[in-house]
Amino acid sequence: MTTGLWELVLRGVWTTVQLLVLSALLGAVVAFVAGVARTHRRWPVRFLAGFYTEVFRGTSALVMIFWVFFVLPPAFGWQLVPLWAGTLALGLTYGAYGAEIVRGALLAVDPAQNEGGIALGFTPGQRTRKILLPQAVPEMIPPFSNLLVELLKGTALVSVMGMGDLAFSGNLVRLALQESAEIYTYVLLIYFVMAFALTRLMRGLEGRLKAGVR
Amino acid sequence: MNWDWDAVRDFMPLFLDGLAVTLQALALGSLISFTLGLVWALLMRTPTRWVRWPVGIVTEFVRDTPLLVQLFFLFYVLPEWGLTLSAMATGVVAIGLHYSTYTMQVYRAGIEAVPAGQWEAATALNLPRARTWRAVILPQAVRRVVPALGNYVIAMLKDTPMLMAITVLEMLGRARLFSQQHFQFTEPLTVIGVAFVVISSLASLLLRTLERRLVR
Repeated sequence: MTTGLWELVLRGVWTTVQLLVLSALLGAVVAFVAGVARTHRRWPVRFLAGFYTEVFRGTSALVMIFWVFFVLPPAFGWQLVPLWAGTLALGLTYGAYGAEIVRGALLAVDPAQNEGGIALGFTPGQRTRKILLPQAVPEMIPPFSNLLVELLKGTALVSVMGMGDLAFSGNLVRLALQESAEIYTYVLLIYFVMAFALTRLMRGLEGRLKAGVR
Repeated sequence: MNWDWDAVRDFMPLFLDGLAVTLQALALGSLISFTLGLVWALLMRTPTRWVRWPVGIVTEFVRDTPLLVQLFFLFYVLPEWGLTLSAMATGVVAIGLHYSTYTMQVYRAGIEAVPAGQWEAATALNLPRARTWRAVILPQAVRRVVPALGNYVIAMLKDTPMLMAITVLEMLGRARLFSQQHFQFTEPLTVIGVAFVVISSLASLLLRTLERRLVR
């Protein structure tokens, strides 16, 4: 492989990293909002959050990407830059999976903690923010770590829309070289290293958060 | 936004063909992932690390890399190595292989959940090792893991649209075909989006019923 082709691959890595970071941020926000909303005391809030998670967990990420790229523009009259369209589709889809993690962790906190908050006169919002979430967040880290690897794998889907991520540059190199074993092996290895780095990062985060709780 | 019911009606024949392909890929992929996952899980229990380590590394690698790139790999590299499969066969193998690295963990948990007393009883009865696995351990383990395996079938369903990237005309592939011919993107894409939600909701309902009956 020539240096020019490696440059292409590196540009793909950069796009993948950008997409990963942006959609992870959007996904985290969505996951916490929807996850907390699913434990809300008013049923319309619970219902709306539940509806969102069911719909977005029910469809395929790739179908969602197609939808954001092809249906949103004519429906609303504006078109997103590919990077943002990819972020939107991936963030909303994986955020829905994250919402289930947040909800599960919130429900797993000992009910006595919440009752203690009621006895001390905390408002529902204060209880969630100051009592439930600080105890639930460290428990969310291992499942979030798995989800982050799933999201990394999901970013490859945008290559179908012609966005120049790592998988897409792999395809370009294949076309240039007329040979596929080498480049796809490299691409898979790069994804694997990224996934490995992510799990390590999350494990470190988990250690620090748990040290803070106990 | 204007919704065209005629486009929905025109798309229906293509949609049904695509649905058939999707379900076919799903069924075959599930079969492969169930069998291969069990093989990985059993190999991970062999006493020698010369088997456990390679299996562990390879499955970890397959699990942590994108299915889409694995599809490309198999689709373009296998022919270079002299093995030419149809796009559908390649896709089914890739999905089955990818998900077998998930199901192996399910099986492992199921096998570990069989109480130690069952192993001891089998030893006490002087059952041969193969018979212990076949008649004592696996029937109990598999029963426990059916719901978890079902969840992966649903996850697999949502990954079948990737087969479109290697020219398999499943639901998304047909929707794209229709869109390109008729310049109508909204209706076919929405129809298959709804179809995915409906199928996976029905499947998870079915699974919950099954779970109640199997795991008591």
